[in-house]
Amino acid sequence: MNIHEYQGKEILRKYGVAIQRGIVADNPEAALQAAKELHAETGTQWFVIKSQIHAGGRGKGVIKETGSKGVVLAKSLAEVPEKVKAILGGTLVTHQTGPDGKVVNKVLIAEDVYYPGEADPKEYYMSILLDRSKGIPVIMASTEGGVNIEEVAETHPEKIVKEWIDPTIGLQAFQARKVAFAMGWEGNAFKEGVKFIQSLYNAYIGLDASMFEINPLLKTSDNKILAVDSKVNLDDNALYRHKDLAELRDLTEEDPLEVEAGKAGLNYVKLDGNVGCMVNGAGLAMATMDIIKLSGGEPANFLDVGGGANAETVEAGFRIILKDPNVKAILINIFGGIVRCDRVANGVVEAYKKIGNISVPIIVRLQGTNAEEGAKIIEQSGLKVYSAIVLKDAAMKVKEVLA
Amino acid sequence: MSVLVNKNSRVIVQGFTGSEGTFHAGQMIEYGTNVVGGVTPAKGGTEHLGRPVFNTVQEAVQKTGADVSIIFVPPAFAADAIMEAADAGIKVIIAITEGIPVKDMMIAKKYIKSKDVVLVGPNCPGVITPGEAKVGIMPGFVFKKGKVGVVSKSGTLTYEAADQIVKAGLGVSTAIGIGGDPIIGTPTKEAVELLMNDPETEAIVMIGEIGGNYEPVAARWIKETGNKKPVVGFIAGQTAPPGRRMGHAGAIIGGADDTAAAKMKIMRECGIHVVESPADIGETVLKVLKK
Repeated sequence: MNIHEYQGKEILRKYGVAIQRGIVADNPEAALQAAKELHAETGTQWFVIKSQIHAGGRGKGVIKETGSKGVVLAKSLAEVPEKVKAILGGTLVTHQTGPDGKVVNKVLIAEDVYYPGEADPKEYYMSILLDRSKGIPVIMASTEGGVNIEEVAETHPEKIVKEWIDPTIGLQAFQARKVAFAMGWEGNAFKEGVKFIQSLYNAYIGLDASMFEINPLLKTSDNKILAVDSKVNLDDNALYRHKDLAELRDLTEEDPLEVEAGKAGLNYVKLDGNVGCMVNGAGLAMATMDIIKLSGGEPANFLDVGGGANAETVEAGFRIILKDPNVKAILINIFGGIVRCDRVANGVVEAYKKIGNISVPIIVRLQGTNAEEGAKIIEQSGLKVYSAIVLKDAAMKVKEVLA
Repeated sequence: MSVLVNKNSRVIVQGFTGSEGTFHAGQMIEYGTNVVGGVTPAKGGTEHLGRPVFNTVQEAVQKTGADVSIIFVPPAFAADAIMEAADAGIKVIIAITEGIPVKDMMIAKKYIKSKDVVLVGPNCPGVITPGEAKVGIMPGFVFKKGKVGVVSKSGTLTYEAADQIVKAGLGVSTAIGIGGDPIIGTPTKEAVELLMNDPETEAIVMIGEIGGNYEPVAARWIKETGNKKPVVGFIAGQTAPPGRRMGHAGAIIGGADDTAAAKMKIMRECGIHVVESPADIGETVLKVLKK
């Protein structure tokens, strides 16, 4: 699960992680009020207005309707409401959102942390994530902050330091010091940096996070270390023990069809293609998408109906897929192991009749237990449904109906 | 010979009396698997499916001589069940449970490292040696005895592959469902290595997915050890978009290296017979075995 920057920062602060202070607002008046509070609390004269959407590249992104950038600076209280107006309700397009962009419903009013001082402020990068090959967390840090870390990894891999942590004993102080020294921090920055790393790791473990990315991490002109941005990704499988975090989910950030499918207990991912599919098992579902592509179509979705494919799940699946106007054909691919194909076939016929006027061709491939009986039920139903048993035949049928 | 499980395996079921455990233990017994008992805390001393129930794995091992355990315990308690089995001296742990928090699995994987045990899964269909033992949730009838080993991250795709292998006139030595989670006990390379060392296995089908680097690691190992047996490979998710989780917790493209295309390229370079369509698995195995 992804959460917004302002939510991530608030949670990190509870774990003692130093952050750029900010207050979230959903209208220009509230934004002005937030800026006033922030001024009273931190003394900041300038205010950073940051669009809150679940996508990166907001600073360079542009609001379609007004031309405003996704992150802007207000150099006085008076400028705040006007600049917020140009963002709120607008559609922000960044390199991560795609051309359609995302509507900005909230902005974070944040203190200016790039104020001048004895040294220039400097940006760093820090993240904690699971190293899947080792099965343990790794802290990654770089002196190249504020830029795309994947580019750094490609061009200057030596500028990324990694520290692996044994999760059974936790992060040790020497490990935090190693990272802090590698960043070149001295004096107060070193002291704060070590504490920052330790707090960040505690938060990572405490929240059951799957990924934290702090980019940029800032050393201010007066040698303080703090998080200017935060990307927090939580482990969905652990949300049952973090009820408070589960409530941070913002459904407006998700595809409405995916939200609806989730409510029906279906594992659905919306894609851009023209052939819908409904499959039991995640691996077979991905493989079915691949077959659609090899047959000359493009998959319109990923949909795993799970082990018990019955009339209800099939009907729910149909309804979701048919709401996508791009869908020109549907391929149902069920390998009946424990679940019998004749029962799935009956479920398909029942769901089909219940929904009524389905105008796109449907190919039902049933293999496994009672596959022949299943095919017979489909063929004798009199519906506009093609049946197949072997995967190759199903692929051919897809090709035929698209031609 | 076969790997991980055979007719001599003495199997216990953790989470024996729950609905999943009950159903699949029944199916396993019907298949002929030597299920010697089960564990459900606080139900020790009773009997279930004609087999004794124990409070702890330790007691089950002492009383039945069990050496294999299959886990159907709910996700919140499954990592604990894995560690309990390892502590009790079980040699092969097969964890079916889907949805175990990553943090719990990090601890469990670390814990079992010091024990003499192999963990398969979690989030897997289990392991089957046709005609000898089915320790999993797969439909047994699809798997006929033969000489092709199967390693797969996915459940139904394993059944699909086995079905094609059988329809091609061949059979399966052992099929290992390694699981679709980000942290699993037996990654692809380790599972392939078991089958490479199994005298009864003459060819291997290796089925992977987007996400992680298990398949490239296995591919490089296969090449370094001299491509001793032909390997047919498939990676599901050639059409999956980056950054989206495709059902399995581990099936997510994180960068340029864990796409299907990148994995298939490395596998080809390492001498693996990569098929683009999952419909071609059976035929390709037949072809490489005839060479």
